Amino acid sequence: MNKELICINCPQGCPLQIEHDEKNIIAVAGNKCKRGITYAEHEIFNPVRMVTTTMRIDGASIPQIPIKTQSPVPRECTMGVIEQASKVRLTAPVKVGEVVLANVLNTGVDLLATRSLGEVVTA
Amino acid sequence: MKMEKEAVVIGGGPAGLAAATALRKAGIEDVLVLEREADLGGILLQCIHNGFGLHRFKEELTGPEYAERYIDLVQEQGIECWTNSCVLDIIRGDMRHEVIVLSTEHGLVRINARAVVLAMGCRERNRGNINIPGSRPAGIMTAGTAQKLVNIFGYLPGREVAILGSGDIGLIMARRMTWEGAHIKGVVEIQNYPGGLNRNIVQCLNDFHIPMYLSHTISNIYGSRRVESIDVSPLDHRMEPQQQDRFNVKCDTLLLSVGLIPESELSLRAGIPLDQVTKGAQVDQDLMTMVPGIFSCGNVLHVHDLVDWVSEESEACGAAAAIYIKEGWKPTETIPIHKGNLVRYVLPGQVRTGRDALLSLRPMVPADKVTLRVTSDTGDLLHKKKFIKVFPSEMIRERVKMIPEGTKFIQVSFEESEVK
Repeated sequence: MNKELICINCPQGCPLQIEHDEKNIIAVAGNKCKRGITYAEHEIFNPVRMVTTTMRIDGASIPQIPIKTQSPVPRECTMGVIEQASKVRLTAPVKVGEVVLANVLNTGVDLLATRSLGEVVTA
Repeated sequence: MKMEKEAVVIGGGPAGLAAATALRKAGIEDVLVLEREADLGGILLQCIHNGFGLHRFKEELTGPEYAERYIDLVQEQGIECWTNSCVLDIIRGDMRHEVIVLSTEHGLVRINARAVVLAMGCRERNRGNINIPGSRPAGIMTAGTAQKLVNIFGYLPGREVAILGSGDIGLIMARRMTWEGAHIKGVVEIQNYPGGLNRNIVQCLNDFHIPMYLSHTISNIYGSRRVESIDVSPLDHRMEPQQQDRFNVKCDTLLLSVGLIPESELSLRAGIPLDQVTKGAQVDQDLMTMVPGIFSCGNVLHVHDLVDWVSEESEACGAAAAIYIKEGWKPTETIPIHKGNLVRYVLPGQVRTGRDALLSLRPMVPADKVTLRVTSDTGDLLHKKKFIKVFPSEMIRERVKMIPEGTKFIQVSFEESEVK
């Protein structure tokens, strides 16, 4: 079977032509780097996506802190990840890179803070 | 209050921070960054998606992570930054310039500076700029405003959302609002090609089965207190709306992603000449404006696609400002760069001879198999580069190694590539 896809690994967005059967990739053309081949393998059999969203935080200068999945999760899980993240309420201070929710939805992937927010002391 | 500084950087986003680090690295101790928001980081703070830093840091970062890298650098180097400080005016002088800033912490301050770096970034084009007919209900906002409301303040500004413009900001917000529970009715795009990156078409529209209507426009907005619906009309080959073929889309929110405009108010007040196409300052290859000692970089100079290039450009700008401060400046003549075939704009607009120059440019329309040619008035080929595909949405940056002394002007154009 043949499929045409656009690789989403980086802003280049190389158009890929992929030849595959039910279980294996046979050939990939159009990629400008090796990550395109990995992307093709995933996207055909197990599409994955990075999720970037925000989490509620108390005690900081703003009410939301940006977070991300440490690595891509299965595409069907993305809405579930967002839902799990929306249930968490953090407290300042939080440092960039800190794990704010471990092993979300049992995917083995952690949610990390992508911004440091200090504690704001109100007089 | 009055004070003196060697360099004042206006804007604490990625451009201003990079310029400040470069100034310090070149030995200018007395640098002050002025930022009107409460935090450094600029627009990156609300760009919580990833795709930043692949070139600069060889990692894929989110906007806030990229900003924090530079904020950390600036703090490590002890560079003074005032936040909640809005520059009201720049008064140009001969040897020094005056920057008037209103700061929550410091009050009204007049800063006498040897060099000023303009790094104010952009604002978004709004409904008024493009004159969408119809009523003026609540629920119409720019994609960036929606982004700030969702990502910083935690509001969902609408539930049934239409988006005008298929640039990256619109696509990113289509996904963001879907993730937060909104329903995106569609993306309307006047061109016959999408404005944003392919990867965003895939992960922001296709993943959610959000329709995109190319070669269409929004010809009417209905609703009294709140948006109720919009008319979407196809465009003919002359870009005229074919209202007889319009269809109505029920929605309560309209996001506008229709272009960015450099925040040039201060530049205009200071009498700094602007480029008519970029709407940013006219500069030479050192990114100095036509006013000696005032430099410009980042989105306020011209709208960028990748923040990595903003950093590179701004670091070069800071380095040039440092040379100006340390060595002074002998006015030498500049020669113009003319836009030739298919070139929408080229920066700088003028250069000094006997040196190299980094050219940043965009094509007027998408084109296949073209060659970029940089030629002098004598017809000499100064630089050449072949492209398989060029897009207006992808800035092209090429370094011309040497502009020979005695050149009178330079021409930049795209020609059809020779078929071998």
